[in-house]
Amino acid sequence: MSGTSATNTSTHHTSTIGAIGAPSRRNTELALLVFAVLIPVFAYANVGLAINDQVPAGLLSYGLGLGLLAGVAHLVVRKFAPYADPLMLPLATLLNGLGLVAIWRLDQSKLLQSIGQAGGKATNQLIYTAMGIALFAVVLIFLKDHRTLQRYTYISMAGALVLLLLPLVPGLGAELTYGAKIWIQVGSFTIQPGEFAKIVLAVFFAGYLMVKRDALALASRRFMGLYLPRGRDLGPIIVVWMISILILVFETDLGTSLLFFGMFVIMLYVATERTSWIVFGLLMSGAGAVGVASFEPHVQTRVQAWLNPMHEYTLSRTPGATGVHSEQAMQALWAFGSGGTLGTGWGQGHSELIRFAANSDFIFATFGEELGLAGVMAILLIYGLVVERGVRTALAARDPFGKLLAVGLSGAFALQVFVVAGGVMGLIPLTGMTMPFLAYGGSSVIANWALIGILIRISDTARRPAPAPAPSPDAEMTQVVRPS
Amino acid sequence: MSELTLTVMRLGFLAVLWLFVIVAVQVIRSDLFGTRVTQRGSRREAGRAQQAQRQAPPQQRQQPASGGRQRRNAPTKLVVSEGTLTGTTVALQGQTITLGRAHDSTIVLDDDYASSRHARIYPDRDGNWIVEDLGSTNGTYLDRSRLTTPTPIPLGAPIRIGKTVIELRK
Repeated sequence: MSGTSATNTSTHHTSTIGAIGAPSRRNTELALLVFAVLIPVFAYANVGLAINDQVPAGLLSYGLGLGLLAGVAHLVVRKFAPYADPLMLPLATLLNGLGLVAIWRLDQSKLLQSIGQAGGKATNQLIYTAMGIALFAVVLIFLKDHRTLQRYTYISMAGALVLLLLPLVPGLGAELTYGAKIWIQVGSFTIQPGEFAKIVLAVFFAGYLMVKRDALALASRRFMGLYLPRGRDLGPIIVVWMISILILVFETDLGTSLLFFGMFVIMLYVATERTSWIVFGLLMSGAGAVGVASFEPHVQTRVQAWLNPMHEYTLSRTPGATGVHSEQAMQALWAFGSGGTLGTGWGQGHSELIRFAANSDFIFATFGEELGLAGVMAILLIYGLVVERGVRTALAARDPFGKLLAVGLSGAFALQVFVVAGGVMGLIPLTGMTMPFLAYGGSSVIANWALIGILIRISDTARRPAPAPAPSPDAEMTQVVRPS
Repeated sequence: MSELTLTVMRLGFLAVLWLFVIVAVQVIRSDLFGTRVTQRGSRREAGRAQQAQRQAPPQQRQQPASGGRQRRNAPTKLVVSEGTLTGTTVALQGQTITLGRAHDSTIVLDDDYASSRHARIYPDRDGNWIVEDLGSTNGTYLDRSRLTTPTPIPLGAPIRIGKTVIELRK
């Protein structure tokens, strides 16, 4: 944190001076990265020993593959972002590696193989990871300065809207939808454009709020302790709200709309420092969710499964019961319950009983069952550390655009983890989103590697030692001492 | 595979996972616990402290910055002893310290007699700390003499910039 200053003259007791001229810490990153590759290799061997009584044949190639990808990523960081944060890459690598192991573990399940939900998915995921790392490298190599993104503020807005609307285009939207229409079909691939829209939208919000934040923060009236924004400033938040509601209605994608709206409110709060935006945001998301839930049957099913998981489970098993009933909410809770504090151990749980989407939306239940509370807490802490590094990057960044972008990206990451983990654990209604890095799914892995790439770029710029003092642009007149 | 082996692996994996988390937190512990936090009184108290400082030698309550790497008698911190920032300390860890009214200075001086980029303090190749005036309007004074060239700073010598006085201490 260079440039920390001691301007704390009015407050009383303490002032903190940050360490300046931070070292690049690339070797720390390398050591942690080796650790982060070894842990999944250990888990992989553990799964093989537990299920097949032997060390899996693919152990070496899996370990080398993950290690090679991590090594390439590290070299790219070393070359193109030498002052970047030392933690982000190892944390993301560890999460990705653990996700690969869990997907491979579910691939071994005969039950999932028989219904076409598993088998060879881990290989696919490894290919997606490679593509993700490639995009990560492309971001670091070609995005020399994150402020270039600022030029594309309004193009980003248009791009994000196009990405979000793509699944609704007839012929392009994939037909394999189970409830939500969030995929598009390109050749034999299905892509989830919402994952990429998350990043593009953060760029737009950061660029927009940087310009408008003074108007949003200062032009307001005080009413009952809250700053009420003016109508014309309220415009953007209403527009974003409408868009997220429309996504919810037409694509029935509760998670993505919550993610976008939440990200906007977080960035608005950070840009303006006004608590009233949070109050407005919560009220509006509450109103939107209740409003949509009252007439959208898909959302109603999810809410029902959240409120009465056991009842819904029984109904789903009752022949002749009308309507759609979800059994997964209860199954996920059972998985967590049977895991207990320390878990059953890798490969010894029965989370494949959550038949559908066991390796994507519900992969967190597998972790809950096989690693128990202790493992789940560790994984949530790792997610927390990724978010902490993102927010720390925002604090250290010197330009407002970089600050807002870093906060927006890490806020979106945090919200996504909350929405998925909360949904699987029964804290909030389930939404069809993927756990970043852990869950099976190409779009999610690739988009999240790009997100980490942008955060690393911002942190590199932020932690880079300041250039030698130039003639001051903000020079004010200095009073001359007159000897009297 | 025996039950025992699997149990050992299960607990071992959790231990390794947590070890990773702990190591990761160790890497960023300076974020979590802050760097050097210095007690600093309000302005009125600062005035009293200032007088006390003139009478008594400065107290040495802080632990040295970065252990054995530094030579004996090398200064470990920079202390502001007069002016609005009285009591502020900056640990000397081999980095350049800039002083001035500009917002990106290490020590932002709230002092009408200081220039935006007034002076800088940096270690030379041998680890001696050097003060250099950056073409300021009112000059930088080491003891009583106005600086014209980069000058090594003796331990405890007052450097005056406008109304602010700083010195290096062990």
